[in-house]
Amino acid sequence: MSGGTFVGMPSFPKAAHEAVHNQTLRGNLRHATHTIRAKRANAVAEVSDWAELREAGKQIKDHTLRHLDRYLVQLEESVTAAGGTVHWAADADEANRIVTYLVKATGESEVVKVKSMATQEIGLNEALEAEGINAYETDLAELIVQLGKDRPSHILVPAIHRNRGEIRDIFAREMSEWGRPAPEGLTDTPAELAEAARVHLREKFLRAKVGVSGANFMVAETGTLVVVESEGNGRMCLTLPETLISVVGIEKIVPTWQDLEVFLQTLPRSSTAERMNPYTSTWTGTTDEDGPQSFHLVLIDNGRTDTLADEVGRQALRCIRCSACLNVCPVYERAGGHAYGSVYPGPIGAILSPQLRGTQSEIDASLPYASSLCGACYDVCPVAIDIPEVLVHLRERIVEGGVVTRDGAKVVLKPAKGHAAERAAMRAARWAFGHPGALRTGQRFASRTRRFHPRTLPGPGKAWSETRALPTVPAEPFRDWWQRTHGGNKSGGGAK
Amino acid sequence: MRVALFLTCVNDTLYPDTGRAVVKLLTRLGVDVDFPMAQTCCGQAHYNTGYRHQAEPMARHFSDVFGGYEAIVTPSGSCGAMVRELYPRMGERARAEGRGDTLAATLAPVVPKTYELTEFLVDVLGVTDVGAYYPHTVTYHPTCHGLRSLGLGDRPRRLLQSVKGLELKELPGADECCGFGGTFAVKNSDVSAAMGADKVRNAESTGAEVLCAADNSCLMHIGGTMTRLRTDMRPVHIAEILASTEEEPLS
Amino acid sequence: MSSRDLILARVRRALADVPRDDTPYDQAFERGYLREHGDRSVEQTVDLLAENLADYRARVHRCDADGLAATIAGLLAERGSTSVVVPTGLDPEWLAATDVTRVPDRLDSTPAELDRVDSVVTACAVAIAETGTIVLDGGPDQGRRRITLVPDHHICVVRVPVQVVSSVPQGLERLDPSRPLTWISGPSATSDIELDRVEGVHGPRTLEVVLVSGE
Repeated sequence: MSGGTFVGMPSFPKAAHEAVHNQTLRGNLRHATHTIRAKRANAVAEVSDWAELREAGKQIKDHTLRHLDRYLVQLEESVTAAGGTVHWAADADEANRIVTYLVKATGESEVVKVKSMATQEIGLNEALEAEGINAYETDLAELIVQLGKDRPSHILVPAIHRNRGEIRDIFAREMSEWGRPAPEGLTDTPAELAEAARVHLREKFLRAKVGVSGANFMVAETGTLVVVESEGNGRMCLTLPETLISVVGIEKIVPTWQDLEVFLQTLPRSSTAERMNPYTSTWTGTTDEDGPQSFHLVLIDNGRTDTLADEVGRQALRCIRCSACLNVCPVYERAGGHAYGSVYPGPIGAILSPQLRGTQSEIDASLPYASSLCGACYDVCPVAIDIPEVLVHLRERIVEGGVVTRDGAKVVLKPAKGHAAERAAMRAARWAFGHPGALRTGQRFASRTRRFHPRTLPGPGKAWSETRALPTVPAEPFRDWWQRTHGGNKSGGGAK
Repeated sequence: MRVALFLTCVNDTLYPDTGRAVVKLLTRLGVDVDFPMAQTCCGQAHYNTGYRHQAEPMARHFSDVFGGYEAIVTPSGSCGAMVRELYPRMGERARAEGRGDTLAATLAPVVPKTYELTEFLVDVLGVTDVGAYYPHTVTYHPTCHGLRSLGLGDRPRRLLQSVKGLELKELPGADECCGFGGTFAVKNSDVSAAMGADKVRNAESTGAEVLCAADNSCLMHIGGTMTRLRTDMRPVHIAEILASTEEEPLS
Repeated sequence: MSSRDLILARVRRALADVPRDDTPYDQAFERGYLREHGDRSVEQTVDLLAENLADYRARVHRCDADGLAATIAGLLAERGSTSVVVPTGLDPEWLAATDVTRVPDRLDSTPAELDRVDSVVTACAVAIAETGTIVLDGGPDQGRRRITLVPDHHICVVRVPVQVVSSVPQGLERLDPSRPLTWISGPSATSDIELDRVEGVHGPRTLEVVLVSGE
C-alpha cells in the first residue's frame, strides 16, 4: 500500500504549472492556509514575550548545532543508561536496514506508525513493504495519504490538498481493503470522518506489537524523547506495543530538560495555533511495567552533516517542523506541496531539500527559485530561520558553483547548466551599470524607439508578457529630464 | 539639508514621473535635492538571483556616488532594503570568504543614511501632512521589502490619510506578496501571475480607483496584470500622490 | 569505521569554523522570556486553568474534598458507566460513593480488555493554567499510561491550588524527566481535515477534570 514517491520529479515551475490551474486544489489550499494563518496570529499575539521566546529558541538550537558532536554522545549515554539502544545511520538505506532488522527480530509482520517526517524522508514504509512488513500510518492525514496512494503535501497536515468530500470518497473506497471498512452512508462531516478513522485504526492499535515513531525533541541531558501530537494515535503507538523504534534526525537534540520550556510554548502556537496541543508524550528509555519494554533509537544523518558544513545554510537545521512557513507562503498556497518534490514542501523545503539531497537534480536545482523572497516565512518562523537569506545563498551555489560537502566529503560544484543566458545578461547589466554613459545611451535608445516596441515578447520574455502588459517606455529617462532642468546649477556628478 | 535622490535604475528608465514627483515633493518641503548623475543600480537583481559577487562592484559604486551626502532618499522599498539590509550582509560574507573588512568598510557609510521615501518624510522631516491634494479613492498595497525588511509600518498610511480629498480603502490580504519577486516573475511565471491576479482581484473588491504602493517594480507587475485583466483601476506610486496639490494636480 | 564514528567525524569536520573556546551552554543564550505570563492571585490561576481546560472542550467540575466522592459518582452515573479502571494507588475514598465495577490496573490486562472498560479515574502530577494542561507522570494514583488512553472517558482529579502552576516553565520544573509523562490539553482532537479543529479521535473523547479544593 505504498504511496507515490518523489523520485524523478520535474522542476518546480513545471510541477506548479498544473497545480496553479487546478481550481479544486487552489480552493482547498486557500481555505486551509487562510484558516490557520489567522488562528496562528491570534495564538502568537496571546503571549507578550513571543520575540524573546523566538530568540531563545534560535539561540538554543544554534548552540546545540555548534556542539552537535558532544550532545550526540551525551544523548547516546543517557538513552543507553535509561534502558534504550542507540543505532546510527549515515543514510536512508542504512536506517531502513536497521529498522527492518529490528522489526524482523520481533517476529512481527506489521507495525503501527506515528506521523514522522524522518521516516517519510527515508522511505521507510516502502522499504518495510519490500521485506513483507506492513506499516500502518495512524495519523489521520497520513492515513488519508496512505489509503489514497497519494503523496504528502504538507508537513503538519500531509493531506491538506484534500477537502472533506475527497476524504470521504477515499475512506469509503479504500478502508475495506486494509481492515475495518468505512461505515455505510459515511458523510463528509469532519466529526464522522474522524470517527471512521478511529474505528478503522482501533483494531490495529489494540493488536500492535511494534510501534515506529519519530520525535520532536531529544534531550541530551536526560535521554528523554518528546512527541507532540493531537489525536492520541501517537500515545497509542508509543504506549501499547512491546517494542518501540524511534527514527530521529541528529539535529533534533536540545541540551537540557529546561530547554523544552521554550519549544513547548512556540511549537503548538506555530503549528496548530493552539496554546498547547492535546497530547505530548515524553519517555526516557524504558519504564518497568509501563509501555514498551524494548526501545530503539535510530539516529539518522542522511545529508544533515552536509547541511551543517554550510555556515549560511546550517540554520535550516534549527527547524522544528511546525509548518508555519508553509501556511503563510503565497507560493505554497498556489503551487501546492507536491510541486516541491519532497516530503519537505514549502519555504523550509525549498532550503532543506537542496541541502539534504544536493542540487544536482532538476527539482532540487529549481527549488531555491520557488520564492518571491517576500519574507513572510522568516517573520513567522519560531526559530527565526532566515529562509530568504538561505534561498539566495543556494541560488548563488547554483549559478556560481563552488565548494560544498556531499556525503561528508568536500566537492567542487560547477556552475549549473541552463543559466548561461541569465549569466550573460547579468554580466552585461553589471557592465552597463558600471558605465553610466553606456546605461544612458541604452535608455535613450529605448525611449527613441518606443513607438516600435511590441506589446508582447517572444522567447523567455513571453513568460512575463503573457499575463502582464509591458510597461510603456517614457519619452525621456529621468536623468535627461534632470539634466535639462537642473543640469546647470547642480553638481550632477556626485557630492565629492 | 542636502539630500541625494537615489532614484533606482527601474524608475530612471521606466518611471521618470515618480522621480519628478519626489523632486517636486521634497523641494516643496524645503529639502535641497540632488540627483548624482553617476548613479546606476544598487545591485539588487544580481544579488537576489545569486550573483552576489557581481553585485559587489555595483555596491561599491553606489557607495562612491552617494557616500558624501547627508541623506540618501529612494522611492523604492526593495532598493532601500538592499542597501540597508543586504549591503551589511555582503560585507559579512566577504569577510567569511577571507577577503577581509574592505567591502564592509566601503559600504558601511551609506547604510544608516539611506531612507525609503516615506521613512524620510515621517522620521527625518517629521511630517505626515505634506500638503497634498488627491481627490480619489485609493487602496494601499504595502510591498514586502518595505513592510518586512524596512519595517515601514503605518508610515505610508499616515501620509495617505493626511492627503486632502483622498479616501483610503482597506485592501484585503494587504500583507500578501503581489508575486513580482524580480526574476521570480519570469522563472515562476505561473505562480507569479496567479499571485498578481489575486492581488488585483482583492484591490478591485475595495472599489477604489487607484492602487498605491511605494515601489514601482511591484506596481509594474500589478499594473501589467490590471491591463491584461482589463480592470479600470490604475497603479500609482505614493510619491506621485504626495506630490499632487490643488494648484498642480497629478495629471 | 562504524556509522557512529563516521557521523561524529562528519559533524566535527562540518564544525571546523567553531572555535574550541566557543561560548559554553550556560552563557550561550539569554532566557529573556517570562517565567509566567501576567500577574495573578492563586485563585485567579486556578480560574484560568478551568477556563483554558474548558476552552479546549474538557468538562470542568469544582468541588471540595468532602464532595469529591459524590462528584465522581455523579459523573460516572451521568455517563452510564458500568466499569472503571482504578490505579493501584488511587485514594479509595474517591470512589466511595459509586458501585460501578472496579477494574484494577494490572500488568497482564490486554489493550483489548481495557477497551471494554467504560471509564478511568486518576489523579495528576501537575496542572498548567496558561495552557489548560494536566500532566500525568505514571505515579501510583495515575497508573500505567495505557489506562488513561484506551477507555473513552477519563476523569482526572486536580488538587487545587497545590497542583496548579501558571506556566510551562514552572510545570517542567516540577516534573521528573525520568518518568514517562503524558501532557493532556483537552480531549483528543485533529486539525487534519481542512486545518479545522475537531475533537474526538483516538484518545479519550471525553475528558472531565475535577478541581478539588481544601484537601
